[in-house]
Amino acid sequence: MIITVASGKGGTGKTTVATSLAYTLADLSPVLLDCDVEAPNAHLFLEPDFDSWREVSIPVPVIDEDRCTACGRCADVCQFHAIVVAGTRASMFPELCHGCGSCAVQCPEAAMSEVPRAIGTLERGRGKGNVDLRHGRLNIGEPLAVPVIRALKQWAWPGTEQLVIRDAPPGTSCPVVEAMRGSSYVILVTEPTPFGLHDLNLAVELTRTLGIPAGIVLNRDGLGDMRVENYCFQEDLPILMRIPFEERIAEALAGGHLLVEAFPAYEPDFGQAYNCIQESLHPERPAAQGLGVRP
Amino acid sequence: MKELVVLSGKGGTGKTSVAAAMAHLGQEAPGFVHIVLADADVDAANLELVFRPVPIRQEDFWGGQIARIDADACNNCEECVQICRFDAIRTHDGQLQIDPMSCEGCAACFYICPQGAISMQAQLAGAWFRADTRCGPLFHAALRPGEENSGRLVTLIKRHARQEAMAQDDTLLLIDGPPGISCPVISTISGADLALIVTEPSIAGFHDLRRVLETTRHFRVPAAVCINKADLSEAWAVAIEAECRAQDLEILGHIPYDEAVTRGMVAGQPVTAFAPDSPASQAIRSIWQRIHSLLWE
Repeated sequence: MIITVASGKGGTGKTTVATSLAYTLADLSPVLLDCDVEAPNAHLFLEPDFDSWREVSIPVPVIDEDRCTACGRCADVCQFHAIVVAGTRASMFPELCHGCGSCAVQCPEAAMSEVPRAIGTLERGRGKGNVDLRHGRLNIGEPLAVPVIRALKQWAWPGTEQLVIRDAPPGTSCPVVEAMRGSSYVILVTEPTPFGLHDLNLAVELTRTLGIPAGIVLNRDGLGDMRVENYCFQEDLPILMRIPFEERIAEALAGGHLLVEAFPAYEPDFGQAYNCIQESLHPERPAAQGLGVRP
Repeated sequence: MKELVVLSGKGGTGKTSVAAAMAHLGQEAPGFVHIVLADADVDAANLELVFRPVPIRQEDFWGGQIARIDADACNNCEECVQICRFDAIRTHDGQLQIDPMSCEGCAACFYICPQGAISMQAQLAGAWFRADTRCGPLFHAALRPGEENSGRLVTLIKRHARQEAMAQDDTLLLIDGPPGISCPVISTISGADLALIVTEPSIAGFHDLRRVLETTRHFRVPAAVCINKADLSEAWAVAIEAECRAQDLEILGHIPYDEAVTRGMVAGQPVTAFAPDSPASQAIRSIWQRIHSLLWE
């Protein structure tokens, strides 16, 4: 089962929920994928010892100038304006290249070959609660986050039996789609403010487009107004759990503590949220026993 | 015309609330400037929620193209499947089909198909708007959920906003940026006179601040920092100050946590208009004065 934690609006508590859920469900040996490759933060809370590492690259063309006749075919087929042919030579803008390989295939002179260009890294290690954390990190100045997320999802794929929790980036554009795609369930973390509601609405629309069932975690409950709750009721979105708006919680999270580490009283709530998800996905199966209670 | 971009790296640090308040403060004397607003967080735009703008103009945004297979012309040779690196072409009911969510729009399949059965079709990816607010014109956009090309949409609304901003003297183009550091952020910061980074004193805020500062440095955009929710953690506030000193960056001010910010948001107003004398408003006012002198003196 793959559960993705997403939000629409940034800073609503995706990482808080994803890390505490993984820690609570340690008995199920979950894999936590931090898919926010632009600003990965889960490791700050789980403090893993990273013991394996991989580079993410995309194949970009190099032009053999002896063979190139500057015919312009590569620039014509490139949809991303990554190649410009001027005068007698073709020039490449590697950071615009999506690595589709079309130019190399279409070159009539076979003057293009592809070489890997590094755009990010993946790291993996076990952290608090023995959680298996893997994250991606986009290199500074690189525009494309999606290939790093895609590589992270494929890295040592643990198999469909394993519980995978993905921490998604904020927003609703292509990196979020990549993080959500293939998920069994999406947890949308929101806060009861007008910004929270507006962006939740967009994120719900996205889960519906992708055909993935979704439930809500209401963070900073008590802040703002009732409009988010009314919206969830109208849209028939289950509220899986609530995290109250409290200074002591904000302080603990700011300091790098897991929510359930600082406040173990929330562990049963995460276990119950997981059971709710299980039940909604497999109504025929009885709920797992004893989850949410760490021995 | 000056161009100020508000960024954060980490989401939810208060970019939009700070940007909205500064747009409001720009109207105050002394230091009056004309404001043109642009919301570059195109997949989760929130500036319009603060200003309740009056829409003036709406235009479609056509994103990249995606491939379509004409079932009558296709003979299922699967050359397209072989060339597609994005796993976007699959067999469905005995017929090859494109998954629009996976299609990157690279057109490799279009060029390779021996039957000419594939066409590339432009996608309606969203819309952009020009609206009037009491602080000045607002350019904003709504990317359809799941769409690509957010960077291109940012570039498009910036171009229109700049045109309007250049039409009169003493204008500030104030851009509310997206979170993160990838393509929409790169499009947002290009050409800016100053990036104001709104951070928060937390382990995640600190970590993401460093990522966004690396990005502004990479693209040679001058940056300055303000610490929002400044009383959240003294230890992390100290760490942020030390980091900024080490990088020779100015800290423009500390904005204390203040309920008036959220209450203003619920009421649909910048905090400086909703509660002008609240602690957050006072802090943002002094940050705005410093930015004004950085940009114009």
